[in-house]
Amino acid sequence: MGYGDTVIQRDLSFAIRRGDIFVIMGGSGSGKSTLMRSLIGLLAPQAGKILFDGESFWDAPQRARIRRMRRNGVMYQSGALWSSMTLEENVALPLEQYTRLRPSQIHDVAVYKLALVGLSAYCDFYPSEISGGMRKRVGVARAMALDPDILFFDEPSAGLDPLSARLLDDLILELRESLGTTMVVVTHDLASIFAIADDSVFLDAATQTMLTTGNPRELREHSEIQIVRDFLSRGET
Amino acid sequence: MRILVGAMNDVVSNPVKPHSDPRMALAREQAGHVVVAIGGAWQLDADLPDLERLDADLFSEQELTSIAFETSDLVAWDSGLVSYLASLAWRCRERGIEVREEGLPEGVQALLRLASTVPERRAEGRNEHADPFLRRFGQDFIDLARSTGEILAFVGEVTLAVRSMVAGRARFRRSELWLLIEEVGADALPIISLISFLVGLILGYIGDQQLAQFGARIFVADLVGLAIVIQMGALITAIVLAGRTGAAFAAQLGTMQVNEEIDALRTLGISPVEFLVLPRLIALVAMTPLLAIYANLTGILGGAFAGTVVGGLNPAEYFTETVAAIGWNHITQGLISATVFGAIVAVSGCLRGMQSGRSAAAVGEATTSAVVTSIVFIVIASAVLTIVFDAVGLS
Repeated sequence: MGYGDTVIQRDLSFAIRRGDIFVIMGGSGSGKSTLMRSLIGLLAPQAGKILFDGESFWDAPQRARIRRMRRNGVMYQSGALWSSMTLEENVALPLEQYTRLRPSQIHDVAVYKLALVGLSAYCDFYPSEISGGMRKRVGVARAMALDPDILFFDEPSAGLDPLSARLLDDLILELRESLGTTMVVVTHDLASIFAIADDSVFLDAATQTMLTTGNPRELREHSEIQIVRDFLSRGET
Repeated sequence: MRILVGAMNDVVSNPVKPHSDPRMALAREQAGHVVVAIGGAWQLDADLPDLERLDADLFSEQELTSIAFETSDLVAWDSGLVSYLASLAWRCRERGIEVREEGLPEGVQALLRLASTVPERRAEGRNEHADPFLRRFGQDFIDLARSTGEILAFVGEVTLAVRSMVAGRARFRRSELWLLIEEVGADALPIISLISFLVGLILGYIGDQQLAQFGARIFVADLVGLAIVIQMGALITAIVLAGRTGAAFAAQLGTMQVNEEIDALRTLGISPVEFLVLPRLIALVAMTPLLAIYANLTGILGGAFAGTVVGGLNPAEYFTETVAAIGWNHITQGLISATVFGAIVAVSGCLRGMQSGRSAAAVGEATTSAVVTSIVFIVIASAVLTIVFDAVGLS
């Protein structure tokens, strides 16, 4: 996996169970976001397969890939909201494109999704008129618009104050509880990792491969790999 | 590499029975209490029923005090159901109607709770109503005054930057200057060749048709030569540069504004006007006169093509007439105009880029605005310069 001739990660092999909150962790530059780009269909891996429900994603024809991608929701690191649209329009666009709902129903769904992230009072605002943390939450609302099977989060807590980060963690847990959505979270925020993760993979920049997989709490206590234990305990072992 | 997603299915999935259209009905149990029966598969990709009738029926109920739900026929659900129930619950609460959620599936209850418990941020500072005409007129006038002030302030900043450059104190990268000179100058040659040749050709063609009526065909050479050298060469160059280079400058600086790159320069104590605007200004002021000379030559060539091929004039005769018609004063006028136009394009492009808002749409607006500002000021400057040249006896 990598860009052009540059290999960023190799020999990755892991499984994400349905309904799990799965964390991709590792130090800066270890290829966490690159891995996520491959999982969400933005960057083809140089070798190997990614299987969703047993079907290879990158070997499938483009139409099947798009169908699969429509069942994923992605929250980008900075929100990546469309700046020429209001928050409600941002959330409504996937619904307009992919459902047969009436405009009033789309409005209801969009307002409800914004209410889930506490922003239904801002429906008519443009992304440039709200703060960075709010943009992230709208990013979550938009990712959830189509009730995806899998939600991907790229650094959800980066740039948020501890309370907002905690609220976002709670939201992720609550959504998994209520909807059974599988969550894949790229993060190196330890508080968040311990609060939400059921399972994880640890990527290493130096060896350019994964070092281990498993529940982060257990890894912190019992992993035989020093780097992983250090990472999970901020080097305080 | 092998990554399996959702392969080990240990969470029970919701099997959907076929032919389970979503439906909703009302049943009155006792006065003031209504039970909403929900059945079928309520999912976003299904055809959800139109709920306006149901809403109307529900809220027309006399002295409605509470509603409850019955969901034994509910096969599957997702946001399609929850969003409707959330909106229903809000409307009920506004009317003081109690909503009993016990009859709903637990997941739905949890999501409804979540939608109402995440602390709602108050939206403030939004003025929705339309302003009356006079107020808008006044506001437009104030905006115009402010934008004029901004333009003057920017021109002032640029002037200070030029002064510190003359004093050798300006901070910018020389390597970038050379790159800009190449982009602004050499890279623009093909488009300027094409346009000035064709404008010269059109002038020559029309001139030939008119002058032929008086038997004065040879004066096509004077007409084309003077028109191109005094005004058209500089004008063509400036307009091409406004569309090509001015727009690019606005987009570059606008994007830098979006990415906080300009803020990063400021916090480092580097003046963005010196670092970004000055090299662009120098590149355009240096290259526009050179491009104008080139445009003059190709324009005259286009006129000569029309005069000799269409009008049948002798090429040598055409050349002699052109040389006799054009004086140094005409060439000087064209070159001074071109230099001024170059400065206008650079300042307008950079000004709009630096003023750009922090979104993709704002960068688009900045780019459009840069081209419009450049062209408006080029035309105004052209008129002013014509009067000035006449007053100082250059024409």
